[in-house]
Amino acid sequence: MLQIENLHVRTDGRDILQGVSLTVERGEVHAVMGPNGSGKSTLANVIAGRPGYEVTEGAVRFDGIDLLALEPEERAHHGVFLAFQYPVEIPGVSNMEFLKAALDSRNAAAGEEELSAIDFMRRARGAADRLDLNPEFLKRGVNEGFSGGEKKRNEILQMLLLEPTLAVLDETDSGLDIDALRIVAAGVNAYASPDNAVVLVTHYQRLLDHIVPDYVHVLVDGRIARTGDKALALELESNGYGWLADPAS
Amino acid sequence: MSEQNQAVHDRLAREYSAGFVTEIESETLPPGLDEDVVRAISAKKDEPSWMTDWRLDAFRRWRTMPEPNWAHVSFDPIDFEAISYFSAPRNKPKSLDEVDPELLRTYDKLGIPLHEREALAGVEKPQIAVDAVFDSVSIATTFKERLRDAGVIFCSIAEAMRDHPELVRKYLGTVVPVSDNFYAALNSAVFSDGSFVYVPKHTRCPMELSTYFRINAENTGQFERTLIVADEGSYVSYLEGCTAPMRDETQLHAAVVELVALEDAEIKYSTVQNWYPGDEQGRGGIYNFVTKRGACVGARSKISWTQVETGSAITWKYPSVVLRGDDSIGEFYSVALTHNAQQADTGTKMLHIGRNTKSTIVSKGISAGRSQNAYRGRVRMNPGATGARNHTRCDSLLIGDACGAHTFPYIESRNPSAVVEHEATTSKVSDDQLFLCAQRGIDPEKAVSMIVNGFCREVFRELPMEFAVEAGKLLEVSLEGAVG
Ligand SMILES: Nc1ncnc2c1ncn2[C@@H]1O[C@H](COP(=O)(O)OP(=O)(O)O)[C@@H](O)[C@H]1O
Ligand SMILES: [Mg+2]
Repeated sequence: MLQIENLHVRTDGRDILQGVSLTVERGEVHAVMGPNGSGKSTLANVIAGRPGYEVTEGAVRFDGIDLLALEPEERAHHGVFLAFQYPVEIPGVSNMEFLKAALDSRNAAAGEEELSAIDFMRRARGAADRLDLNPEFLKRGVNEGFSGGEKKRNEILQMLLLEPTLAVLDETDSGLDIDALRIVAAGVNAYASPDNAVVLVTHYQRLLDHIVPDYVHVLVDGRIARTGDKALALELESNGYGWLADPAS
Repeated sequence: MSEQNQAVHDRLAREYSAGFVTEIESETLPPGLDEDVVRAISAKKDEPSWMTDWRLDAFRRWRTMPEPNWAHVSFDPIDFEAISYFSAPRNKPKSLDEVDPELLRTYDKLGIPLHEREALAGVEKPQIAVDAVFDSVSIATTFKERLRDAGVIFCSIAEAMRDHPELVRKYLGTVVPVSDNFYAALNSAVFSDGSFVYVPKHTRCPMELSTYFRINAENTGQFERTLIVADEGSYVSYLEGCTAPMRDETQLHAAVVELVALEDAEIKYSTVQNWYPGDEQGRGGIYNFVTKRGACVGARSKISWTQVETGSAITWKYPSVVLRGDDSIGEFYSVALTHNAQQADTGTKMLHIGRNTKSTIVSKGISAGRSQNAYRGRVRMNPGATGARNHTRCDSLLIGDACGAHTFPYIESRNPSAVVEHEATTSKVSDDQLFLCAQRGIDPEKAVSMIVNGFCREVFRELPMEFAVEAGKLLEVSLEGAVG
C-alpha cells in the first residue's frame, strides 16, 4: 500500500532523511523508533504533506499514486492520517464542528452523502466513549486548554472517526500516563484491521507492550539502520541506540 | 511567507455580491453644499421651520469645524463640493403596494423581504419589520400596523417629524449634539432620512426591527439619521444592514444613530455592515464615517451594540454608551474584518457617570491583505461613578504579513472605587493550524473561514440567530481565497 523508496528530505538547508526505504501493506503494524532528532517526525510529516520540507530524491507511492504530487487535503481524502506529535489549538472552533467539517470534506471527496447531524453526533459520542472522554469534550475548542494527554486522545478520536487506511501516529504515547496509554492502545488495536495499516512513531518501547508491531524499524541519522520484529525494540530498550549509530557496523 | 499563507493571499481576492446597480429614475440635487442646499433638503421634506433652523445652525457650525485627523487611516481630502447631498427615486410610493417593482427586485436580490407574507404553514420563521432606505429616502416600512397595535412607532424619520414632532423634537440631538464632531455636524445639516423608533412604557417590541441601507446613486453622500427611544421598562432589538454598488469613486456615508434608554429599558442594536470595500488596489468603496451613541438615561437601563464590519474602504466608527442612570449597563461586541487595502479605525467609548454602572467591551479585529485595522476605545469613570466596572477584551487576528493591527485603549478613572480591566491579544492564523485542517481533509478556504469564525464566536453569539448565520457567511465570502 505505502512504498517509500530512497527518500531524501531537506529542511532549513539540512539533509534530514538520507535514503529511507520502507514498504507498508494493509493489515500491518509498523513501529518506527530512533533517538530524538533522527528524523522520525520528518518522515511522518513528509508522508502527510506538511509544507516546509523539500524532497530532493526518492518517491512515495500510496496504492500506486504518487503521494508527493498531492495536496495535504487530497492525501487525507485518500485515507492518509497523521496523529500529531504536538497538536495545535484552534480557539473558538468546537471539536464537534471541526470533526464534522473533516468528515464532510472526506465524504464529499469520496462522492458520498453528508452524514446527518444526528448520525454524526452518535458516532462522535461513541468514539469519545471508547477513549473514556466526557462527551462535553466535543463541545470544547479544538485542543483549547486540553491537557497533554487529552490532546493525544483527541488525535485518536479523530482517527477513529475518519477511519483512515494509513494512520501514522507520531509519539502519541508521549505525555500519557499508564491508564491513558492503555485506553489509547485499546483504541488503536480496535481500529487496526486487515483493511488498514498503522505506523507508530515512538522512542519508547513501552507503547509496544500494548500495541504489538509486526515490524520495528530503527531510524538513525536519517536512515533506517535496522529492521526487525518486537524483539528489536526490547534490544533497543536495554542497549540504547548507540550501537546502531555507525552505518559501517 | 510560507507557501500556505501565500496561497491564502492569492485567493483572498474577494467577491462582492451586492455590487450591482439598480436602473431607476432618480431625483438628485446638483453637487455642492451651501445654506440653499440645506433649505432645499428641508423643503423637500416639508419640514417645520424649527427643523430648518436646526439644520442651518448645524451647517453654520460645521463650516467652522476641522476634519478629525487623529484616526489611524489615510485618504485624499474629501471634496465636499463634489458630492450631491440628496438623491431619491422619482416615484415615491405611498404604500407597500406602490413600491417600484425594480426596487422590490433590488431588495429581493439582497435577500431583504419587503413583503409581509405570513409565515408559511409549518415553517416558523421569525418575522422582522424592515425600513428600507434607498439612497436618501425611506422607500418602505413593513409590519407597521402590527407594531402600531403594540403601541410601537416604527417609521422613517421624515414621517416621524410630521406625525410625532413632539417626540422627535424632544430627543433629536440629545445624545449626539449638533456640534459633536465634524461628520455629525454635517449629518445634522443635510440628513435626508433614516429610521425612527419609539417603544412605549413597559412594552416588549413584538418583533425584531431592522433598517436596510442601500446606496445606489453615483456621487451622492448618504446621511441617515436614526433615533430610537425606549421608554421606561421597554425592550427593543434593532438590526441594521448596509450594501452599495461597486464603483470606482469613493462615496461618503456619514450617519448618526442616537439611542435613548429610559429607566429599566433595554436596547439591543446590531449591525452587519457590508458597504462596498473598494477593489484590491483600494479604488472606490465607501467612506463610513459614522457617529453612533446611546444614552442610558434611566436607572438600570441597558444598551448593547453588536457590530460586524466587513465592508467600507474606510471605517471610522465608535458606537458608545453614556451610562448616566445608576446601575445601567453598556455593552460593545465587535468584529471588524479588513482586507486588501481597507482601513478600519473602530472601537467604542464607555462613559460611566452613574453609580454601579457596568460596561463590557469585546473587540475582535481581523486583518488580511495590506489592510490596517485599529481598535480605539475610551473608558472613562467620572468622579460620581462609585462602584463602576469595565471589562475590555481586545483580540487581533492577522492573516499574512502585510497587514497591521493596532490597539489604542484610553482609560481615565476619576473614582478610586471604579475597576477597569483591559486584556489584549494578537495572534496569527498559523501554518500549523492550516496544516492540521488540511491533514484532516479540510480545504484551506474552509479552514480559514472556520478559524476566523471561531475567533469571532463570542461576538456572533450576541447577534440574533438569523443575523449570526448571515455574519458567518459574510466572513466566509469576505475571506474567499484567504488560503490556497
Ligand atoms: N521544520 C523544520 N525546520 C528546521 N529543522 C527541522 C524541521 N523539522 C525537523 N527539523 C530538524 O530535523 C531533525 C529531525 O527532526 P525530527 O524529524 O523532528 O526528529 P524526531 O522526530 O526523530 O525527533 C532535527 O535536527 C530537527 O531539528
Ligand atoms: Mg518527533
